[in-house]
Amino acid sequence: MSDVDIPVPRASVFAGLRLTKTAIVAGAVLLLWVFLAILGPTLAPHGEAEIISTKTFAPIGEGGWLGTDKLGRDVFSRLLYGVRTTLLLALITTVIAFAAGVTLGFAAAILRGWFDIIISRIVEAFMAFPSTLLALVVIGALGTSITVLVLTVGLVLSTGVFRVSRALGMDIGVMDFVEAARARGEGAWWILSREVLPNAMAPLIAEFGLRFTFSILFLSGLSFLGLGVQEPDADWGLMVQENIGGLFLGSSAALIPAACIASLTICMNLLVDWFQQRQQGETVLEKIDQ
Amino acid sequence: MEDKVLGEGPPDWQHGDFTHSRAITKTTPFGQIKLFAPRHVSDESPKTLAGRNKVPRLIANRLLQGLLTLFLASIIIFGATEILPGDVAEAILGQSRTEESLAALRAEMGLNRPAIVRYSEWLGGMVQGDLGTSLATKRPVADMIESRMWNTLRLALLAAAFSIPLALGLGLWAAMRAGGPLDKSLAMGTLALIAVPEFFIGLILMKIFAVELGWLSSTANTRPYYSFWQNVQALTLPVLTLGFAVLAHMMRMTRASVINIFSSAYMEMAALKGLPKWWLVLRHALPNALSPILTVIALNLSYMVSGVIIVETIFGVPGLTRLLIDGVTLRDIPLIQACAMIFGAVYILLNLTADILSIMANPRLRYPK
Repeated sequence: MSDVDIPVPRASVFAGLRLTKTAIVAGAVLLLWVFLAILGPTLAPHGEAEIISTKTFAPIGEGGWLGTDKLGRDVFSRLLYGVRTTLLLALITTVIAFAAGVTLGFAAAILRGWFDIIISRIVEAFMAFPSTLLALVVIGALGTSITVLVLTVGLVLSTGVFRVSRALGMDIGVMDFVEAARARGEGAWWILSREVLPNAMAPLIAEFGLRFTFSILFLSGLSFLGLGVQEPDADWGLMVQENIGGLFLGSSAALIPAACIASLTICMNLLVDWFQQRQQGETVLEKIDQ
Repeated sequence: MEDKVLGEGPPDWQHGDFTHSRAITKTTPFGQIKLFAPRHVSDESPKTLAGRNKVPRLIANRLLQGLLTLFLASIIIFGATEILPGDVAEAILGQSRTEESLAALRAEMGLNRPAIVRYSEWLGGMVQGDLGTSLATKRPVADMIESRMWNTLRLALLAAAFSIPLALGLGLWAAMRAGGPLDKSLAMGTLALIAVPEFFIGLILMKIFAVELGWLSSTANTRPYYSFWQNVQALTLPVLTLGFAVLAHMMRMTRASVINIFSSAYMEMAALKGLPKWWLVLRHALPNALSPILTVIALNLSYMVSGVIIVETIFGVPGLTRLLIDGVTLRDIPLIQACAMIFGAVYILLNLTADILSIMANPRLRYPK
């Protein structure tokens, strides 16, 4: 035993992340929104649907911090309530999509045979159809409610997740270490959880980020069409739709939530971009190019 | 373990999809695994390869696939609107329904019959141009669609005419200066365009050009008595918004396919011969990039199907998608079915066109060795 105390160089957690400036800014914006989503309603000066002024479409600084909307409600308060709805719905739909997509995708890649063929054909049929249209048809048949909305968007997102995780599973499934596990006689579940999943983790995390962004865009699009979240609940997409008429009265009540959505999706994309580059040296744009 | 050349496999792998023609299945104790054999291994005898033009058969195959997809889409649409809980009778009666009134209406409308019978009747009507009767207006759906169709079509065509040349030009430019400051700033621009919602682009354009500057109109209403300039003012903003929504993808894909060709050996050869750069691009790169670019264009026109929905809502275009949204809001099921079928068919047709164009533009398929 040597009694020389060799100092182990302990890099901080942050240095290990190899953060870039863009990633720090994007991450900070996202953290701010998450923080506001958790605490927003307690910080909001007024209620979600509380009418604070008789003056509708009041400009910034008048009435509330960010003015009032078409009914004289405080835009700032609705924004704080809305971030929770927007983020939570996007998170739930993405989690549903991943639970279904990854399970079925990996199952198809490992089990193969008729199971793979049937599931792949069904997914192809769904993907041969524009996703917005699919959502509109289902919402038209079932009516608008949060449950229908979440399940529909989850279903639409899951087809893409299925395709990615099936391809990942196929790629990893032919690797030597998987062959070796199969030759040892390991079961499908062991192979999935111990060999395939750890190797598929990084691409799946990046995929989660992209799907999450897509879910925000999709849900806010539906709310904008009046088919998503319904009044008096606050949602950013809905707020744009409600206040678009105020644009000509000099009100920015429609522009503010739209810009907030854009900040959310752009930052999320930048963060995924950073993660991709760190993991594989592949940017989001290169992913789109393929 | 036995190896088997896939020549004896399912017929569509032998003839249809040429990318699979070198696949070999490997039977393992855990099921079959598809592997790709080295390039020189072919599953077809030299006789069938020599001088046979594969193009007609590939196209016929693809057309058949397109028809099948359309059929599947009709099942999805019908299935979603008819078999899910909440049928037409419930939609008509709304909140005021009782069990008896529901049963009576269902019997009257023939909704008690098995779904398969109703589906084949509906599909038969669709094929013959009978799109059913709207529940909300009691008018034939075909009439309602006819009066709206032109607005949507004009919007899409103008947006395509604006965005395709711009996307091709910018994509080519970015590819020629790949890695430079121009390429990088275009990349940032496209990343932002892809990331933001379509209505954000529309709102910003509206705020700048209609509210602040007052140059353009924010509602896309055109009237037959409008002057040419008034029509331009009405249509510019929706066309720009829709164009921007599809521009980014198209540009990136053009850039990628041109760069792909620039890195090939024959381009290097041509450059080493000392040919001028514009000649390289126009004479050597573009003809070979045409097939992927045509595919990109057709694919992006199909993305417009969802972009159009948002744009028509922002600018109040009385088009087909507004009809669909109104149908969804009022739960007018025959109207939803007809509109969804039309959009689905357009989308599938554009994808089909993309595939057929890329088959036709590929000389390797036209003149097999």
